[in-house]
Amino acid sequence: MSLSRPLTATLAIALVAAILALDLARSGAPDLFTAPAPFALGSGAAPEGAHCTGQ
Amino acid sequence: MFLHRASVLLLTLGFTGFAFLMAGPRAGLLVMVGLGFGLVLEGMRFGFAGPWRMVVTDRDGRGMLAQLIAIALVAIVAFPLIAANAGELSPAHAPVGFAMILGAFVFGLAMQLVMGCGSGTLVNAGSGNLVGLIALLGFIGGSFAGTLHLGWWTGLGTLPVLSLQGLAGSTGGLVLTLAGLGLVAALTLARAAPGKRLPPARLWIAAALVAALALANLVIAGQPWGIVYGLGLWGAKVAQAGGADLAQTAFWAADGNAARLSASILTDVTSLTNIGLLLGAFAVMRWRASPGAASQALTLGSYGGVLIAALVLGYSARLAFGCNVGAFFSGISTGSLHGWVWLVAAFAGSTLGIRLRPFVLRPAPARGAYA
Repeated sequence: MSLSRPLTATLAIALVAAILALDLARSGAPDLFTAPAPFALGSGAAPEGAHCTGQ
Repeated sequence: MFLHRASVLLLTLGFTGFAFLMAGPRAGLLVMVGLGFGLVLEGMRFGFAGPWRMVVTDRDGRGMLAQLIAIALVAIVAFPLIAANAGELSPAHAPVGFAMILGAFVFGLAMQLVMGCGSGTLVNAGSGNLVGLIALLGFIGGSFAGTLHLGWWTGLGTLPVLSLQGLAGSTGGLVLTLAGLGLVAALTLARAAPGKRLPPARLWIAAALVAALALANLVIAGQPWGIVYGLGLWGAKVAQAGGADLAQTAFWAADGNAARLSASILTDVTSLTNIGLLLGAFAVMRWRASPGAASQALTLGSYGGVLIAALVLGYSARLAFGCNVGAFFSGISTGSLHGWVWLVAAFAGSTLGIRLRPFVLRPAPARGAYA
């Protein structure tokens, strides 16, 4: 089995797009009014994101 | 070729704009950081799994040294930056434990079987490598599965979170980190053959760019560069859509993770950089005059082996509190002791994985050839 690089990459993007679409359909669009400041540094807010090192 | 390049610009700029409009400026900026990672990793051939293999098989230490340079550059800036802004920026610290060490060892082994680590899997998939695409599927499933059992594994024995800042202060921690990186560099140079020691200009530039992007990630997101969490979250989203009740699991019931699960992927830091990274790798492949030959075809059994190895890769990354990016790169560059333990365990696993590669990655017979 051998697929061309463009086709394989397109399938990868389609996989991510499908997950994103599924998520948007279930979770809805983010609320822009609660969007964080562009930069965490200087925002005065504690980081809220999740990281691989979290338990 | 014009159409290919126009489509690349449309896709990358379009998704950046989409993230910006849907989730705000921080989301757009993080997609751009991810794109930058993809452009540098694929365009300048800066990697992790490959250079580790080259140290062992070819006595070539140039790629490994480039990694150490990038980590050192990040550490020099990140240590004082985090110390001065502890309320806004967080390091990538995690505890050392039995499962963490086992996870890192298995991760190192598996990454040689799927020809890529955490970032490498995204780069390979985005640049059109079929093994990378299969590995991405497995990584998503494996890292999600790892979240379901993480509590049991950490219960086997885990130390408190230890950092070099905690042991020696911010400046002392940075000195210890740079000394440790120097020691690893010296070991790499001792192993490398003449002519395969000093990185070429390309890798020096790539290391500086990766460091700059990692620092941008820290300043924008408030946390270091990571990969695994986002992929596990994608798996959780799919499982939830399939009817799984993840509120019953300890990991996804925890406050921060429950919030991520209920919110859009477009608000998750590592998801945004992961998507950007994949698109960046795609952009490099499509921008070239020729996208390159298709990756070498393997036997069906080998593709099955890659899928299993990728499931293990994702699962072990969760137990190890990160992959080559979250644990090794970001852990060490922000002072986590677990990053150093991860390096030793994963390198040992990687050395074993190199020996297993010929048994898993078996080329398909050429068409028309007799067996």
